[in-house]
Amino acid sequence: NVTTAYCNPKSGWEAKVVEFFKDRLKEKDAHTWVPSLNDVPLHYLKPNSLVKFRCLIQDMFDPEFFMGAYETVDPSTNVLRCGRYKDVTECGVDFNSRNTVTAERQTFYCVPIPGENPWVKEISSSSRVVPSTSYAPTRQKRSYEEDDMDDMDTQPQKQREPHSASQGHTEQHGNGDCKRQETEAPSSQTASASHLDLNFPLPGEKGPSCLVKVYEDWDSFKLNDTLEVFGILSVSPALSALADEKDASSSILDPTESMETAEEQRVHSPPASLVPRLHMLYARPLPHNNPLLPSATLEDNSAFLSSTLSEMASVRAELLTYLTHVLLGDALAAEYLILHLISNVYARRDVLPLGKFAMNLSGCPAAALYTQRFYQIIQQLVPSSFYLGMSLQNMNQMRLVPKKDYVANRLVSGALQLARNTFLFLDETHLEQGQLDTTGVRNVTALGNLISWQKVDYDFNYHQMEFPCNINVLIASEGRSLLPSDCQIHLQSQVSPPNMEEYLSNIQLHPQTSSQLNKFRIYLSVARQLDYSISDEMTKSVEDDFVDMRKDDPQSVSAEDLHRMLVVARLLSLSLGQTSLTRDSWLRAKHIDMLRRSRMEQHQCVNGNEP
Amino acid sequence: MSSPTSTPGRKRGRDGNPATPSSEGPTSPPSQRRRGQDSSNGDLMPMPTSPATDMLSPAAPQDTSLFSSPRASVLPNEVDMSSPLMYGTPSSRVEGTPRSSVRGTPARQRPDLGSVRKAPQVDLHSEPPSADGAVASEPNAGQRLVIWGTDVNVGTCKEKFQRFLQRFIDPTATEDENAGLDLNEPLYMQKLEEISVVGDPVLNVNCLQVQSFDAELYRQLICYPQEVIPTFDMAVNELFFERFPDSILEYQIQVRPYNALKTRNMRSLNPEDIDQLITISGMVIRTSQLIPEMQEAFFQCQVCAYSTRVEVDRGRIAEPAVCRHCNNTHSLALVHNRSAFSDKQMIKIQESPEDMPAGQTPHTTIVYAHNDLVDKVQPGDRINITGIYRAVPMRVSPIQSNVKSVYKTHIDAIHFRKTDEKRLHGLDEDAEQKLFTEDRVQTLKELAAKPDVYERLSSALAPSIYEHEDIKKGILLQLFGGTRKDFSQTGRGNFRAEVNILLCGDPGTSKSQLLQYVFNLVPRGQYTSGKGSSAVGLTAYVMKDPETRQLVLQTGALVLSDNGICCIDEFDKMSDSTRSVLHEVMEQQTLSIAKAGIICQLNARTAVLAAANPVESQWNPKKTTIENIQLPHTLLSRFDLIFLMLDPQDEAYDRRLAHHLVSLYYQSEEQIEEEFLDMAVLRDYIAYARTYINPRLSEEASQALIEAYVDMRKIGSGRGMVSAYPRQLESLIRLAEAHAKVRFSEKVETIDVEEAKRLHREALKQSATDPRTGFVDISILTTGMSATARKRKEEVAQALKKLIQAKGKTPAMKYQQLLDDLRGQSETAITKELFDEALRSLADEDYLTVTGKTVRLLA
Repeated sequence: NVTTAYCNPKSGWEAKVVEFFKDRLKEKDAHTWVPSLNDVPLHYLKPNSLVKFRCLIQDMFDPEFFMGAYETVDPSTNVLRCGRYKDVTECGVDFNSRNTVTAERQTFYCVPIPGENPWVKEISSSSRVVPSTSYAPTRQKRSYEEDDMDDMDTQPQKQREPHSASQGHTEQHGNGDCKRQETEAPSSQTASASHLDLNFPLPGEKGPSCLVKVYEDWDSFKLNDTLEVFGILSVSPALSALADEKDASSSILDPTESMETAEEQRVHSPPASLVPRLHMLYARPLPHNNPLLPSATLEDNSAFLSSTLSEMASVRAELLTYLTHVLLGDALAAEYLILHLISNVYARRDVLPLGKFAMNLSGCPAAALYTQRFYQIIQQLVPSSFYLGMSLQNMNQMRLVPKKDYVANRLVSGALQLARNTFLFLDETHLEQGQLDTTGVRNVTALGNLISWQKVDYDFNYHQMEFPCNINVLIASEGRSLLPSDCQIHLQSQVSPPNMEEYLSNIQLHPQTSSQLNKFRIYLSVARQLDYSISDEMTKSVEDDFVDMRKDDPQSVSAEDLHRMLVVARLLSLSLGQTSLTRDSWLRAKHIDMLRRSRMEQHQCVNGNEP
Repeated sequence: MSSPTSTPGRKRGRDGNPATPSSEGPTSPPSQRRRGQDSSNGDLMPMPTSPATDMLSPAAPQDTSLFSSPRASVLPNEVDMSSPLMYGTPSSRVEGTPRSSVRGTPARQRPDLGSVRKAPQVDLHSEPPSADGAVASEPNAGQRLVIWGTDVNVGTCKEKFQRFLQRFIDPTATEDENAGLDLNEPLYMQKLEEISVVGDPVLNVNCLQVQSFDAELYRQLICYPQEVIPTFDMAVNELFFERFPDSILEYQIQVRPYNALKTRNMRSLNPEDIDQLITISGMVIRTSQLIPEMQEAFFQCQVCAYSTRVEVDRGRIAEPAVCRHCNNTHSLALVHNRSAFSDKQMIKIQESPEDMPAGQTPHTTIVYAHNDLVDKVQPGDRINITGIYRAVPMRVSPIQSNVKSVYKTHIDAIHFRKTDEKRLHGLDEDAEQKLFTEDRVQTLKELAAKPDVYERLSSALAPSIYEHEDIKKGILLQLFGGTRKDFSQTGRGNFRAEVNILLCGDPGTSKSQLLQYVFNLVPRGQYTSGKGSSAVGLTAYVMKDPETRQLVLQTGALVLSDNGICCIDEFDKMSDSTRSVLHEVMEQQTLSIAKAGIICQLNARTAVLAAANPVESQWNPKKTTIENIQLPHTLLSRFDLIFLMLDPQDEAYDRRLAHHLVSLYYQSEEQIEEEFLDMAVLRDYIAYARTYINPRLSEEASQALIEAYVDMRKIGSGRGMVSAYPRQLESLIRLAEAHAKVRFSEKVETIDVEEAKRLHREALKQSATDPRTGFVDISILTTGMSATARKRKEEVAQALKKLIQAKGKTPAMKYQQLLDDLRGQSETAITKELFDEALRSLADEDYLTVTGKTVRLLA
């Protein structure tokens, strides 16, 4: 189907194919017609059709050589065939043909974005303008579709649209159908999944993982990139047959088979029914995974940008009220929380990540599972997040840092292998006294490195390798956290302890309306992506300010404080929708930082006086 | 002969030996082969019309049947002619037949050049020359004849290689590389002589030398290793046995080329490299068990005991169905212990971390080692491997005609070279050598010629960290290091060439950031934190390998950073036992291990860059360095430079700092680039200087150093203190050498000494200033107490003695009473500590004893 149309070995057809699909997908909403592996169960997707997949590159396998073009042995069907975008060749291959072209491609092991919150999944699966075209497995439609795909490059866009629209109707009952079957599916899936670890970074994740075959420019992808991959789905049962057969007759003499261990086999060629192959045509890097934002970049979508910008201040006020409520009436903490939620590492100067804003929220009440509740609320606001209870057991047992498994030749994931801008909630209130073992110490060190340098040192057994990351870390603790942080704020509860339980149970998980919730979500994602600059004039005034502050009391302000205040000023401006620093926001940043610090000192005094 | 070619493959075909299937086994994608010669050969050698049989083609069952039958049915000319790989070259065919040899020495099969290779034995010397043989021995006549699919003419190639062996003299050879060889004699002839003496029939040939001698031969070697290497084998054996007719070798000499410059990096391997000779570097991550690979199966008839041998063909044995002797069917049984096996091992190597682009995971490649290369490497070894890159199609299943359209790739190893094997003894600079392109060297030299190169480089170091110019300069010199000097003949061993630096100062003065930067800059850097590291983690530990149950020495951070820099953060938080291992490392540059029966001394020629926080969390300017960081002075004196990173509190500084920080946050990437040197340039600059520049002291520089040292001692002696020790002189020399390296100068000159002096003084000023007097006092670092403090202690003790004597005959006194009395008497403040010390010194004189709160007089 799709690929056979392009088998003429005309030079440059590869580029044309990719160009073609790119163009098609650029058209308004075109990408929403493509069924997504994230939402649609695999058995509903037609093999060899175009699908998309929102994913994170978890591991990169070795590049492989394949037959880019080959001839068949049988002279009657002797045409040059194309080996691109598929796993298995057709008919007998003539290995001695001079026309055989060896090409190279790269395989990435991709998993759904770790920690993606349920609301993201819900919205992105329901927001499809026209639900998946090949969802319902009706026989007739499949053949239709096939023809359709074959002459796709000649068929104008307009003609295609009606199909999609008309298929929308069949979709209605198809959906119901799907619901029923979905409940049956897991039983068979868990059985097969038990012996195959799909290597998700976070425990308890679900979803398909995928082997993505990349045909060009694979050097531009990096580990932990988040992508939306458009590609051709391949679930050829032949791939699974291969694995079985090898198990059965592991003949030692065949050199090709003794090359890999059983584990490696299992990891690198898992059954296609479980880990489908996706032959990439085109991949879009995702700057965010918030489905409420238009998929085009903000610069390209000025209308959307200007409308949100104008609303930003008001949305911020609403959000502030809501968060103040959640944070037991502490407005300052709520203010900082907003800044934290929109923080983002925007650049690195040699080893120094700029823009990170790890926050330590101390003074969390231990009562009534406050931290869990708090996390659940944040979960409603950010696209992806992870809750890590720092109990001794967790710290000693969890695998935080990804580690290379040389036997299976793969990178075994760890909880710190997260996509950019994931919200990581460290709950230190769970930590009790006790001994950390080697793993525990290593885990705590890894968390410390993550916070201070925004990097994770992956364990490659013989050496370590540093991977930069961009994760928002919030540490909730009772006292000051044992981990470093960019800013510590002590929660000042306006609620008296006896009323705490009642107050907490009254905090609504869902504030007001869902439209308001959506507004918050958009607000947080947009604010994070805004550009920011600082004028020469402001630079000067900030410098003056700093010198003045130091003049009064050199001990009061250090270089580190200036670092932090610059970040706070930046975030504060962005949170108000301002893309450059103004005098007001600078003063305000200074002000809130001062409030925070005086509160900390106050708190320390109180602690010091306690016998 | 209609087709007078010298290709031995032709001969094989003509022999029509039924027991010799041409088993090339799985081969590579054919399209990649160079077939430039096809047309020119077309008239000589008819192209086979039927598909080649040497390919692993499960897709063609008819082929398989053809193969399982004896080869007699195949037309001579069609035997593997289609495969460029399949022409057996002479020495590769001389397997398993001891009688066939160059004068009696058995040849040994080379599975590294092709998998199971079988061909009839043709001895060019003993056999009556067939047309082909004649051609081969007459290079002139064979000029236009080439091995099919290549442009290699066996005769010419052989001749060329023999000429190379006989004539090549390495113009760039250095003594240490070829110990014991005469540099002016042909290198390889000496090596052959060595072979005749030692009896190890392996000749390693440096491809670079081949290239410099004969570029065309080199090209052929790279492009057609499978054809050319056997030719080399043949050539070298002829030469050898001509020269040393009496020597006895276990088997014939095998040529092992190395250092093929085609590919350096695993990542850059691509389909074009298939079947070519490549050299890549990497790290061994896994080795398999030894795999006995059957080369030849031995069958015996159960009825008549007739025996026959069957070659293994692509991993399969075609069991003869009928006994040829007694004509019984299915009567032949395989006799395992009479079959021939060869050793094989699968090795996985992974890209070295240095070669990888950021943000990607390392690639791995499978390597097959054969025969004596098996078990040559261990997981964790860093190796350069030279071999032939192969690609093999993968089969979906034997029954299905579909194949997975993917090739499996591997490398057949021909030569291993460990890059870190010399770690235990001597330098491994030549393995570490980074290759610089001429352009790069030019750029670096231009940079070095600039008068302000020192300032430029130091400002390029950690640009995000503000000011601290001298500290950066110190670290820069540390990165370059001094010159290595060997005094082992005079019994002192190596002098330390590495510069050790300690940074101490207030928390939050970007010490850690500086350490992180250095760690990221140097290729062999290690970063540890004093809090988290144990002595074991720093040095080495013995552990049992779970698989082999072998005891393995695992090296820690200090050993790993040999020839690099070990950054230790939170130095003060380190436990005493951990710190004690640093004593040896920081002066002797070795690490002695005596654990679990392993006693050894490892080199740890690492420079230490440590950072320490003051004990009281804030630096107390009223105290000395020792008092502030509470480190044993034995350790402190091993640091060449100790810097204080303090927050200078003045307005101009604040302004510059503020400006720096604000612009750090808001300057665009490009602006930053413009201002500073690229990190990569800096890295190359350092690597180049470290490798190629070895400055020596000039006469004037030595004089200047002597003067400087004498001056330093004079300063102190004026006030009854010693402000310099020989260790400081050594530091000065190292710093001066490092500064000369920065200038790419082979000579240490006066300006280098001046800068070393200045920097040393700066560091001393900061760290060894006696807070009581304001003078530089080196004894703070060497004894932990400044001379003034010592003097003061004595004065107090004397005063106390007088006081006690004045009190007359009172055998016991109250402690507090005495302290108060002394305070009342003295003009200066007397702290309790001072008083205690005075008491202790009097107790040492056996004048009194202190028991609890009472002081008793003795005597």
